[in-house]
Amino acid sequence: MATEIRNCVRFLLNDTLVERTNVAATETLLDFLRLDRKLRGTKEGCAEGDCGACTVLVGRLFGGKLKYESVNACIRFVGSLDGCHVVTVEALAGKDGNLHPVQRAMVDTHASQCGFCTPGFVMSLYGLWMQDPHPGVEAIEKALQGNLCRCTGYAAIIRAAESISAVGDARNDPLLSEREEVTHKLSVLKDDRRVVIGDGRQQLIVPATVDDFAGVLDANPEATIVAGSTDVGLWVTKFMRDIGPVVFLSRIDELRQISEDGNDLVLGAGVTYTEAYPTIIRHFPQLKELWNRIGGEQVRNMGTVGGNVANGSPIGDTPPALIGLGATVELRKGSVRRSVPIENYFIAYAKQDRVQGEFVESIRIPRLAANDLFAVYKISKRLDEDISSVCGAFRVRVDPQGRVEDAVIAFGGMAATPKRAAGVETALIGAIWDEACVEDAMQIFRNDFTPLTDWRASADYRMLTAKNLLRRFYLETGGENLVRLNRYAVAF
Amino acid sequence: MNSIQPMSRIRGAVHETLPHESGHKHVAGTAEYIDDMPEPIGTLHAYLGLSQRAHAEIVSIDLAAIAACEGVVGVLTADDIPGHNDVSPAGKNDDPVFAVGKVEFHGQPVFAVIAESRQIARQAAAKARIEYRDLDHVTDVLQAESANYPLVIDPLKLERGDIDAGFAKARNRLKGEMRIGGQDHFYLEGHIAFAIPGEDDEVTVFSSTQHPSETQHMVGHVLGVPSNAVTVNVRRMGGGFGGKETQANLFAAVAAIAAKKYRRAVKIRPDRDDDMVATGKRHDFHVAYELGFDDEGRIEAVDATYSARCGFSADLSGPVTDRALFHADNCYFYPHVRLRSRPLKTNTVSNTAFRGFGGPQGMVGGERMIEEIAYALGKDPLEIRKANFYGGEGRNVTPYHQTVEDNIIAQIVKELEESSNYAARREALLNFNHQSRIIRKGIALTPVKFGVSFTKTEYNQAGALVHVYADGSINLNHGGTEMGQGLYTKVAQVVADEFQVDLDRIKVTATTTAKVPNTSATAASSGSDLNGMAAANAAQQIKARLVEFAAETYGVSKEQVFFEPNMVRAGANLIAFADFIKAAYGARVQLSAAGFYKTPKIHWNRAEGRGRPFYYFAYGASVSEVSIDTLTGEYQVDRTDILHDVGRSLNPALDLGQVEGAFVQGMGWLTTEELWWDAKGRLCTHAPSTYKIPLASDRPRQFNVNLASWSVNREATIRRSKAVGEPPFMLAISVLEALSMAVASVADYRLSPRLDTPATPERVLMAVERLRSAAQG
Repeated sequence: MATEIRNCVRFLLNDTLVERTNVAATETLLDFLRLDRKLRGTKEGCAEGDCGACTVLVGRLFGGKLKYESVNACIRFVGSLDGCHVVTVEALAGKDGNLHPVQRAMVDTHASQCGFCTPGFVMSLYGLWMQDPHPGVEAIEKALQGNLCRCTGYAAIIRAAESISAVGDARNDPLLSEREEVTHKLSVLKDDRRVVIGDGRQQLIVPATVDDFAGVLDANPEATIVAGSTDVGLWVTKFMRDIGPVVFLSRIDELRQISEDGNDLVLGAGVTYTEAYPTIIRHFPQLKELWNRIGGEQVRNMGTVGGNVANGSPIGDTPPALIGLGATVELRKGSVRRSVPIENYFIAYAKQDRVQGEFVESIRIPRLAANDLFAVYKISKRLDEDISSVCGAFRVRVDPQGRVEDAVIAFGGMAATPKRAAGVETALIGAIWDEACVEDAMQIFRNDFTPLTDWRASADYRMLTAKNLLRRFYLETGGENLVRLNRYAVAF
Repeated sequence: MNSIQPMSRIRGAVHETLPHESGHKHVAGTAEYIDDMPEPIGTLHAYLGLSQRAHAEIVSIDLAAIAACEGVVGVLTADDIPGHNDVSPAGKNDDPVFAVGKVEFHGQPVFAVIAESRQIARQAAAKARIEYRDLDHVTDVLQAESANYPLVIDPLKLERGDIDAGFAKARNRLKGEMRIGGQDHFYLEGHIAFAIPGEDDEVTVFSSTQHPSETQHMVGHVLGVPSNAVTVNVRRMGGGFGGKETQANLFAAVAAIAAKKYRRAVKIRPDRDDDMVATGKRHDFHVAYELGFDDEGRIEAVDATYSARCGFSADLSGPVTDRALFHADNCYFYPHVRLRSRPLKTNTVSNTAFRGFGGPQGMVGGERMIEEIAYALGKDPLEIRKANFYGGEGRNVTPYHQTVEDNIIAQIVKELEESSNYAARREALLNFNHQSRIIRKGIALTPVKFGVSFTKTEYNQAGALVHVYADGSINLNHGGTEMGQGLYTKVAQVVADEFQVDLDRIKVTATTTAKVPNTSATAASSGSDLNGMAAANAAQQIKARLVEFAAETYGVSKEQVFFEPNMVRAGANLIAFADFIKAAYGARVQLSAAGFYKTPKIHWNRAEGRGRPFYYFAYGASVSEVSIDTLTGEYQVDRTDILHDVGRSLNPALDLGQVEGAFVQGMGWLTTEELWWDAKGRLCTHAPSTYKIPLASDRPRQFNVNLASWSVNREATIRRSKAVGEPPFMLAISVLEALSMAVASVADYRLSPRLDTPATPERVLMAVERLRSAAQG
């Protein structure tokens, strides 16, 4: 069956339908807004998805439901917006020119100084307020992890976030009251045609289904696959790499499925961190802190677990946890599928067990056994929105006699790939799970790893921390109090 | 229609809490920054080509591949500069726009591509082929010292008392050293300039600059034209913090050269990474100190050398290192003292102004010395602090021979100590540490005394231009720039107060060298002190004419004329302000005035290290409590209480914002913001992905910030207020000292942790390890 082709990208921008036939594969939403549409309320602060000055909301339909999420326009490609509703700061003030409650609250609490980051904060807070009109400090801080302000010290912004509902009622907000209308407009835009624009290395392809994607990739094995673009975005904005042809996964609903298959949790490769969060923490409450510290809110709304794995970075946030859990990567090329234990997927630095034309279709994660002790610790210079210097996952199974039956310990930031501490595991297995055995095993790390010194941490610090995290794991799973800091245990 | 309702007071007077004049535009995205301005048709874009070596001779430059790119209009090198290839603010001719013959730091501009779009220019710039012959390079300040690198400018020595006698008398002596890291400004709006060519030799430049007059002079210098041919405009910056005091000049110059050469508008905006690599930062310091003190912890003698990583040129390193020495004493009297600066050249970007301007580094060094004494004697550092506060006669002269006349630190500290419940919390925390195995806590109360005035005396002047239009609306312009601090709001409040009209009658217009000439940088926290006074002076001149007019018109004495809220009273006559102005215009009264102000009392003799460089001091104190994880070095700030002195606040909301913002920025400097160079001399932390400024979730878990409402500036500053931009930055030192105490707990507080900055989780953990092994012998 020949796939029908559409040669334009269509989306809603505020209250306008945009149909573009001349989108470059690497055109960012931010450039489109600022240079093409002259909508200059959205700012460029870093062009790498870290400062949030370019935050806009993107609404999209999934399972017939419309959801708006904050994203970084600087690393979001226009090609990925097909079928979406982009909302920028210009859309917030009422038709009468009155400020939106979020904006009013920010002015009233003196929450802007230089004002350059402010539209981004407004959009992040707007996204939060729509979902949670009365957020607590933890929710506010989480929603603002991806927004940097250099002037205010944030106190006033937090006060603003807490007071929005005192200024206006979220239920009257246009994006909620006009939800049906927008849903209808977006469902009209949704079709099963493949979007293709340009040709050769400039080509942009947005498949409509996973089978279509498999075919496209088979035919264009050299293509760059873009899911959340939280890393590929930087290849373009920072390294000015020519990444075409580009295949966007943004429309493939099959890849956004989360399912349970017997003992396993199966995450489609296109599931974002935000989408995965409720299921992940229900199955693995030990991952809550890690998950909340992946990038900032905008990055979690865009980035995918599949992308984090496929990318193969030695400092990705999820691979150590996934190795610890014994996950497998489900790969597909054309109609041929295979599974690889995730630890084998990472072969060497920048080299993964994935051939050209093959893609990660899903990640399969088995549940923990009842007697599995499990934890993941991310260590970074700054607590939130930072890349880990060391990230360690620990899964230890202790038999009723107190003997270690099985141990899986995996680290990021300690080698050229996410890697298991095989020697430490061996030292633990069969030993009585007590402080002495942990002390002995800690000394083995130096046989397993030779970490590097870089701007995130020195080799010595990495090694020392890796060892100490095993101690933390022992103490914490043993029930000792006050083993770790908890920001939200301190009274406000 | 004409019913006149006398109001009790105007809306927007001084001392009132008012929103930032652009607040409603910031939130709506309608506040216009330079990159948001509509571009004239044919606007070109410039992009800098940067050195890929830290120190090397340039053997050859091949730009053919760039010129061949479609859309490239041309490439500028030093050969294209019509005037001088120099933007040195120190007048030392050591700051080329484009490197010639050799490069002196990784990231130094070598050329600029001019193209039809920014993207084309940026991509083309990467295609240069430059052949280098590498030379040895030095990025570290101690290496620079041992490699006999030169000083970028004459050092300063401050000396008072008899240092040898002081040490001889002291019962205790100790020596130590400390490293203090630099800091990137990370203004959210990066550098940008937009030049529009004019007739003859004229050019207009929109620049994100804190110092429009200097930018004007530098553009003139580079173009080889007089200053009257150059107009520099700046409505607002998206943050400055000192990073746009001198560093904007190069971008303005490049845009202006290209605009004149190609006779088209030219915009230049580096990518964030290039901005961070190619522009200066806060100076890193190494401090070597020797102390003499008695058994009570009273300081007898201090001998310290402050060595700074200045980078490849002088820039502002002279006054920055001077100010470090001016603040090495903080609030403490040093009976015998010798302080020396070493402004060292390095193969790094030339460091520059940053909020506090060396003061924070000086003060961190001073507070480290206090901490050393406390750990040496086994006392609470706060006790040592109090024992050394400047006091009355005989204990009130600074190392630069200025008498401290307005000292209120004891009262501030006393109030804060009580309101924060310091003593009880410290006691509780010591008990906690005694019982807690992994998590340890620390608490510290640190004071701040910060000298206000430019140490370069000539900068302490300002101008303003006030027009009252015939309809009674007022146009206000002054030499200060708005970078978020609320200067425009405060100065407008001053003018509203002078005329006794509602604030919304006044429009503050973009700072421009065409309206107010020869202005000083908006820096040194001086913005409202200087420009508020100049604007008040302009308003007073107009008022004097209006009083004369009213006296004549209504046949009353001048003493019977009053400016009342939105009214003028002349004897028994009460006239609405707008009507009154209309009448004055009709009577041909000049309704415009240029105001001027120069700070009184100050003088400074650098060669002798003696004088009164500061008009007054601003004070403050903070208490921070932290928790650290002794397994990983991770930490959090559990609580901070601040009491800060802004004199009589012109606008408490804006001042509170300055205090909160400065504290968090200072905390970032001392904790997670780390500049890291690799062996090749490349700065590797050059984007927010690698350079970590504080997030909302990093601010203290409890954050109680108050202004000392009782404080009144003893000097006759604008409405008895005090400067606020920089002083509260140093309140963050309490976080460093609290972290230090938490570390010290692992060795039972017997050893000084000597925590260098930034105190990253790594430095904290390594200090824990060091103390543990030292304690075990």
